[in-house]
Amino acid sequence: MTNHWVDIKNADLIFVMGGNPAEAHPCGFKWAIEAKKNRKAKLVVVDPRFNRTASVADYYAPIRPGSDIAFLGGVINYLVSHDKLQHEYVKAYTNAAFLIDEGYGFEDGIFSGYNEEKRNYDKSTWKYQMGEDGFAKVDETLQDPRCVFQLMKAHYARYTPEVVQQVCGTPKDAFLKVCEYIASTAAKDKVMTSLYALGWTEHSVGSQNIRCMAMIQLLLGNMGMAGGGIGALRGHANVQGITDMCAYSQNLPGYLSAPNETDKDRTSYLEKRTPKALRPNQMNFPQNFPKWFTSLCKAWYGNAATPENGFAFDWLPKLGGPGDTLAIFHAMFEGKINGFICQGFNPLSSVPNKKKVGDALARLKWMVVIDPLATDTSEFWKPHGEFNDVKPAEIPTEVFRLPATLFAENSGTFTNSGRVIQWRWKAADGPGDAKDDTEIIAALFLRLKAMYAKDGGAFPDPILNLTWAYTQPAKPSPEELLREINGKALADVVDPKDPTKVLVKAGEQLPSFAMLRDDGSTACGNWIYCGSWSQAGNNTARRDNSDPSGLGQTLNWGFAWPVNRRILYNRASADVAGKPWDAQRTVLKWTGTAWGGNDIPDMRPNAAPEENVMPFIMTPEGVGRLFSRELMAEGPLPEHYEPFESPLDNNPMHPNNPKAKSNPAARVYKGDMEAFGTAKDFPYVATTYRLVEHFHYWTKFSQINAIMQPEQFVELGEELAKEKGIKAGDKVKIRSNRGFIKAVAVVTKRIKTLDVDGKKVHTVGIPIHYGFKGATRPGFITNTLTPFVGDANTQTPEYKAFLVNIEKA
Amino acid sequence: MALQSLDIKQRSATTTPSTQVRQTVEIAKLIDVSACIGCKACQVACSEWNDIRDEVGNCHGVYDNPMDLSAKSWTVMRYTEVEQNNKLEWLIRKDGCMHCADPGCLKACPAPGAIIQYANGIVDFHQENCIGCGYCVTGCPFNVPRISKEDSKAYKCSLCSDRVAVNQAPACVKSCPTGAIQFGSKEDMKDYAAKRVADLKERGYDQAGLYDPQGVGGTHVMYVLHHADKPDLYAGLPANPSISPLVSLWKGFAKPLATLALAGVALGSLFHYVTKGPNEVSKEIEDEIEREDALANKEEAK
Repeated sequence: MTNHWVDIKNADLIFVMGGNPAEAHPCGFKWAIEAKKNRKAKLVVVDPRFNRTASVADYYAPIRPGSDIAFLGGVINYLVSHDKLQHEYVKAYTNAAFLIDEGYGFEDGIFSGYNEEKRNYDKSTWKYQMGEDGFAKVDETLQDPRCVFQLMKAHYARYTPEVVQQVCGTPKDAFLKVCEYIASTAAKDKVMTSLYALGWTEHSVGSQNIRCMAMIQLLLGNMGMAGGGIGALRGHANVQGITDMCAYSQNLPGYLSAPNETDKDRTSYLEKRTPKALRPNQMNFPQNFPKWFTSLCKAWYGNAATPENGFAFDWLPKLGGPGDTLAIFHAMFEGKINGFICQGFNPLSSVPNKKKVGDALARLKWMVVIDPLATDTSEFWKPHGEFNDVKPAEIPTEVFRLPATLFAENSGTFTNSGRVIQWRWKAADGPGDAKDDTEIIAALFLRLKAMYAKDGGAFPDPILNLTWAYTQPAKPSPEELLREINGKALADVVDPKDPTKVLVKAGEQLPSFAMLRDDGSTACGNWIYCGSWSQAGNNTARRDNSDPSGLGQTLNWGFAWPVNRRILYNRASADVAGKPWDAQRTVLKWTGTAWGGNDIPDMRPNAAPEENVMPFIMTPEGVGRLFSRELMAEGPLPEHYEPFESPLDNNPMHPNNPKAKSNPAARVYKGDMEAFGTAKDFPYVATTYRLVEHFHYWTKFSQINAIMQPEQFVELGEELAKEKGIKAGDKVKIRSNRGFIKAVAVVTKRIKTLDVDGKKVHTVGIPIHYGFKGATRPGFITNTLTPFVGDANTQTPEYKAFLVNIEKA
Repeated sequence: MALQSLDIKQRSATTTPSTQVRQTVEIAKLIDVSACIGCKACQVACSEWNDIRDEVGNCHGVYDNPMDLSAKSWTVMRYTEVEQNNKLEWLIRKDGCMHCADPGCLKACPAPGAIIQYANGIVDFHQENCIGCGYCVTGCPFNVPRISKEDSKAYKCSLCSDRVAVNQAPACVKSCPTGAIQFGSKEDMKDYAAKRVADLKERGYDQAGLYDPQGVGGTHVMYVLHHADKPDLYAGLPANPSISPLVSLWKGFAKPLATLALAGVALGSLFHYVTKGPNEVSKEIEDEIEREDALANKEEAK
C-alpha cells in the first residue's frame, strides 16, 4: 500500500475493484467501516460477483472478469472529458506536460516497435523528447499534441461509456454512476482510496490494471494524501515481507534489480541501474543504487568483499533467464530441473494447470518439502481417488518431508500490507521434531560449506566466504537476523559535507539508509529495512499507539519502511508552495525552514518549495507517470486486451486485428497455447477466489475452519442454473480444456448474466481452498482448471479469467 | 453461570422472590447488520470460548455453515439474497439467543433453576438442572434452544455470562473485525443504534431502525436493520415475536395444576432419592412432565 490500513479511515470514497477485502482482509476492512461510520464515506464496489464487500457497499456495479482496463480506461476518459481533474496537481506533479518521442505510436491495439515473432516490443520510441540541456522537454500548457496529456486523452477517447458497456457488460448507467462517485474526489478536499488485491494482479494484463488506477489517482490528485493512494492488499500476513526480502526471482532484497548474465562486471551493472535525473533539481533517489547494492554485498560477504574484487560481484548468481514460478515449473516439466526444495509452498494446489505441475514434479529425482503441514504437494504421487488420480509406480521422484514450525511457534517479524514491520513473539513450541525454517536452512548451508571446504569444487568461493557470524551458527536467531538486515557501520560514517563530523561510529547499528555508502564502510541486508533495528534497539517491537494527529499515523508503533514513513509520496499532499491541499488532513507542510507535519517527509527535509523538487523522488523525473516510458512490457499506456481464454471471438476494441486480441507481449509456452480452450467448447467465463472462512490451502487442515466451510462449491447465477437444470446443492462437474473438478452448486442472484458485445456471458465462480488433504471434505484442486499463462511483466498467472463448461455431475 | 445469586432476577419453576439489594446495569449486545460482512469470526470465537465443536458438515448450496443452531453451534450466520427497491442486497444476520426481557423459555421451563435470568438481562441455561423436556424450545419465539442428542440437555448462547461477570465483552463481540457487534449498557446500545440508524437513513434506507421487540418485553440482543419494517427479510426474523399461547396456558391455567402435581412428584422424589438415589428421579419427573403436557394439550383442545 502507498498508505496503510488505518489510513483507510481518512477516505471520503473507498473504491474496491480487483479485490474483496471483506472476504480476504476482514480485519483491515474494519477501517473502511470506520470511514463509513465516522466520515460518512461512501463504499463503491466493482466486481464480477456481488460479494461480501458489496454486501456493505453504497453502490455495486458488475463487470465481466478480465475487462478491468476497459472499465478504468472509461473512467480516465470520463475524468478528462468532464474536466474532473485536480489541475494544479496534474500539471506540477505528473508527467502530463512531458513531450514524447515522435516515433512513438499506437495503431489498432499495437504500440510502436512490436515484434510478433518474439512477442515483445522494441521500446526505443516509448521515451521523452530530450532537450539540449540533457533534460526531458515539456509543454506546460499541455497543448502540444506530443505531450503526455494529449496522447493520453486521445488514447482513452475510444473508451466511451457505450464501449465500456459493450466490453465489460456493465450497464452504462451503472458505469456512469461509478464515474460520478470517483470524479467527486477531484476536489482538493475530497479523497478516494483504491483497494485491490489478486483480482487485479492475476490477469495476463495484471500490472496494467493497476497502472490504470495509478493514473486515475494522479489525475484526481489523490496520491500522497491521507485517505488516498493505492492499497495493494497483501494476502499472507507476511507476503509483503517476502517480496521486500526478495523471494522473487528478478530482485535482490529491497527491490534491487538482480544481476543477470549480460552484466559482466560491477561497474557496468551499476551504471545500467543508476539513473540520471530527467528534470532539473530532482532528487532522483535511485541515484543511490550503488550505496544500497554495495552495502548488501558487505552484509553478505563482510571482509571478503573488497574494492579489489568488486565487492564480491562475481560471487553473486547471474540470472540466465526468467525465474518466475511459471518458468520454473515449465522447465521442470521439460525435465530441465531435477531437484526441488519446496519451502512453505504448495504448488500442486497453487500453480495453474495441476496436471502439468503434477507431471513436472514427477520428472524430478527428488523433492524436499519443508512445511508445517503434510501438503497436497508432498503427496502429489499418492492416489487419492479421482481427486488425485495418479500411478505411484510411474513416479520415480523421491520425496522428503521436513516438518517446520508455524509462525506462532517462532519469533520474527511480519510486514503488513501497509509496510509496517511488526515484531512477533513465539507463542508455543512446535510439535515433535518440527524445526524453525532458519534452523533447517542453516543446517543445509553448514553441511554444504563443510563439503566445499573438504572437497573443493568448481566454484567454492560464494559458499565459503558467506558471512555467517551468528552466536549459534546452526541456529541463527531472529534478533540477529533483523540486526543484520538493518545493517551497521563497518567504519566511522562521516558527513560528506564535513568529513570531521562522524555521523555513525564504527560498529553501531545504522539509523537510516541515508547513512549507506558505496565504499564498503557500511553493511545492510536490505536498504528499505534500514532503521528497523537502530542503536535505539528493535523498532519493530514498539507498541506505542499514541496518535497525536488523529489520522492514525502512530509513528511509534512498529516500524514502517522506508524510514518509518507511513504515507508514500506525502510531499504531494501539499501544493507547490507547501500548503496542504486539505488542512483537515495535513500529512506534510512547509514550515518556512523545513518540512513538518504528521509523517516522515518523503522529500529532502530542507528542500524549500522554490527549489522545485517534485514529490515522486523515486522517479528520475520527480513526478508521477501517466505515461510509463519503457518500463512496462506491453505499452506505456494501458490498453484493453482479452484474457487468453475469452468468450469473445476477438477484442471488441480491435475486432480486425487478431494480434491485439490478448496481451501481445505475454509469454506463452509451447503446449500451453494449445491447451487454451475456446468458447465453442467452454462457453462460460470462470474466475477463482478466496473465502473468508479459509486461508489458501492451510486452514483446510484446521477443524474449526473446516466446520465453517466444509466442502468445495462453485457459484453460478440463476439464469445459467436454469438453462442447465442445476439446483442449489446439486453436485456439478466443471471442465476446462485442462481437466475437471466436481463441487456443490451454489445458485445465486449475486452473479448476473452480462450482455457483452452482443452476446450473453455467464460467469462461474470457483473458490480455491480445497484439496485431497485436510480436515475439510476431500475435494478437487481448483487449479486443475486454470491456464498456464501470466502477466507480461510479473508472470502472475491468469487465475481470474478463463473458460469452462459446467453440467450436473 | 459465573454470576452470583445476588445477580439472579428469576429462576425457572421457582417462586422464591429474587434478590433486590444489588444495583445492576442492564446490558445489551447490538448487532449492526449493516456493518456485518458475514465472516463467521463470531461463530469461531463462540466455539472456541465455549469449547464446543460442531460436526464438519457439507455444503448445502448456500454460504451458511453450520446450517442451523445446534447444541454445539450457539450462533450461526444466516445469509439471504433479496431484491429491494430494484437493488440486490445480501442480508447477513447473526442468529442466536435474543435474551428476552420476558423469556418464553424460562416461563415454559418446569425444571427448577434450569433457566436463570440475571438482573443484567442475560438469560442463561444451567444444564445441571435441565431435564431435557424441550419446553424451552416451544417457549422460545425465536426458535433458538437446541436439545443435545448426546446428553439430552438444552443449549444456547449464554451471552458469555462468564465473561460478562468479570467485565469482559462476549467472545463474539471481542472477535468481530468490523465492530458490527457492540456490547454495553442497553441504554448506550440504544444511543449507538440511533446514530447508526440516522446514518442508514442518510444513505437511503428510509425504514432503517432498531429491532428490540416489545412483545417479549424488549431483548438484550438487538439488531440495527436497514429494513426494520420487514424483519422477516432477514432469514425470518419475526416481526412481532411473543411467547407461544401454549406457554401462556401453561403459566395461566395449567400451571397451578401442574405445580400441585409437581409438588406431589417432589414429595415422591424425596422419598425416592432417599431410597434409590437421584438418577431415576429425573425419569419420574419426565414422566410427570409428559402427563402435564398431555393435560395442557387437552386443555388447549377444549
